[in-house]
Amino acid sequence: MLMQKTKVCLIVAMAMTAITSSVFAGGPDKPGANNVKPDANNAGLKLPAGFGALKVADSLGRTRHITVTNNGGIYIKLDRAKNNNGILYLQDTNGDGKIDKKTGFGGYGGTGIYVKGDYLYATSNEDIYRYKLDAQQQVIDPEHPELVVTGLINRRQHESKSIVLDDNGNIYVNIGAYSNSCQTQDRTAGSMGMQPCPILDSAAGIWQFKANKLNQTYGDGVRYATGLRNVVGLDWNKSQNQLFVMQHGRDQLHDLFPSLYTEKQSADLPAECMYALKQGSDCGWPYIYYDQNQHKKMLAPEYGGDGKKTGGDNAEDPVVAFPGHMAPNGLLFYTGTQFPERYRNGAFVAFHGSWNRSPENQAGFFVVFVPFKDGKPSGKWEVFADGFAGPGPVKSPGDAAHRPCGLAQGPDGSLYVTDDVKGTVYRIVYKTK
Amino acid sequence: MRKWILAAMPLMMGVLSVGAQVKKPATKPAAAKQAGGGAAQIAKGKVLYKQYCMTCHQENGTGVPRMNPPLVKTEYVLGDKKRLIGILLNGLNEDVEINGDYFTNPMPSQAALKDQEIADILSYVRNSFGNKASTVSVGEVTAVRATIK
Repeated sequence: MLMQKTKVCLIVAMAMTAITSSVFAGGPDKPGANNVKPDANNAGLKLPAGFGALKVADSLGRTRHITVTNNGGIYIKLDRAKNNNGILYLQDTNGDGKIDKKTGFGGYGGTGIYVKGDYLYATSNEDIYRYKLDAQQQVIDPEHPELVVTGLINRRQHESKSIVLDDNGNIYVNIGAYSNSCQTQDRTAGSMGMQPCPILDSAAGIWQFKANKLNQTYGDGVRYATGLRNVVGLDWNKSQNQLFVMQHGRDQLHDLFPSLYTEKQSADLPAECMYALKQGSDCGWPYIYYDQNQHKKMLAPEYGGDGKKTGGDNAEDPVVAFPGHMAPNGLLFYTGTQFPERYRNGAFVAFHGSWNRSPENQAGFFVVFVPFKDGKPSGKWEVFADGFAGPGPVKSPGDAAHRPCGLAQGPDGSLYVTDDVKGTVYRIVYKTK
Repeated sequence: MRKWILAAMPLMMGVLSVGAQVKKPATKPAAAKQAGGGAAQIAKGKVLYKQYCMTCHQENGTGVPRMNPPLVKTEYVLGDKKRLIGILLNGLNEDVEINGDYFTNPMPSQAALKDQEIADILSYVRNSFGNKASTVSVGEVTAVRATIK
């Protein structure tokens, strides 16, 4: 009731100014309602019955992660700044679902972006910045962000920094390993693994920092979880109050150890894993990988493995193990009420699509759904949205017309998906209640 | 030119057009001789490319967006051969910018390959994926390797 009253007051206050009220026209619907019309062809996507999709914007650049504000405003991080804008703010001022107002700021490229409380957080490949938001969750001073964390390792490989915040003022950031499997000579056939792997001290994990403390660096943070080769998709699961991440598994088992792995095995292994983390979790990279067919943690060939020897007794087991190389770039636990009940608290994962399954066709390029109950998967994963790449099989990732990357939930429960090939932003809605 | 193609026809099989393209830039007698073995060299290079290069650079040479650079009509491939040979021998771990796109994955050194194998691979790459350029001789690879040892 109090909420309702506040909302009415807010609406009255906002109606005072023409601009904000027009912005609000595209704003929050009541839960369960969806007023936007899907595109005639559902934006080219294949979706389960009852769902539709529209392109809310196109040709934005390499759009990576996305976050949607309480009134439907969209912030997107660009991989490389375009016209000195590395962050885009998109608005739908007339409520038709299509973006009709676009501004930009933040002259740095990167991947991570997240709205929490009164701040927008965004990352370059080394730093985390924050921007104070006004009552409409619009950035007050785009030219002067505060530097929250600085000096995170960026050695080009696995350089992107994804972020999420919990409800206790902590920010979590992935720092990817600057290596494939910690070989003495990276990605060189037969080169054995360094023991211990020196990368784990400053990368290959999730670090935790304070969201409200400025100019932090390694010494101020906590290595929250380790043994994670590279994480791009991550989310704070609110029903479990727990961090979940998607790891990009290692590449090139056959190329590097051709006597131990066939091309076919190498195309499918190792699993792309979802992990539920707690402080101190070790997911085992580089010493082990997960074999989704044997359902076992396997010793990596760089550390004496042969495809049969298991290892990593103390390493976390994955929550879900997907086929190899599909590159999970976005993770979102759905808390909305627009979609049917079975989607609630389940996980959407955006797979960017593989590049090292050749000579087979590449795989991924879709968004999957994993139903959850009580914080655990309650069924097998299923393809939710497909067709991003186009009609034909993808031989090489360059053939893919679009590649899913970031995921966000709108205030009305719509699911947003970014594509970092053409900069298309999709909005998936449930059509029939 | 035409005579040469006819003479070489039985050897050239399906790579005739590639061989002809290789021949074009050959002006000096020594280079012409080298190009005469071009088709066979390119065919050998294709087999080696599949084994050592294809995963990252892809079967069609288009690479992987953001990660592994394309080999299609870039200055890296078509330009200075010494630089190109050097990249194979030394590896490359720096930002590569091609037509406004950046590629970040490191390339491992391929120095374990024989000079002839590197010459064959580069001859294939310089005459595939729409590329047309002179082949690379074993001597050119040996010369570059001598400078880095």
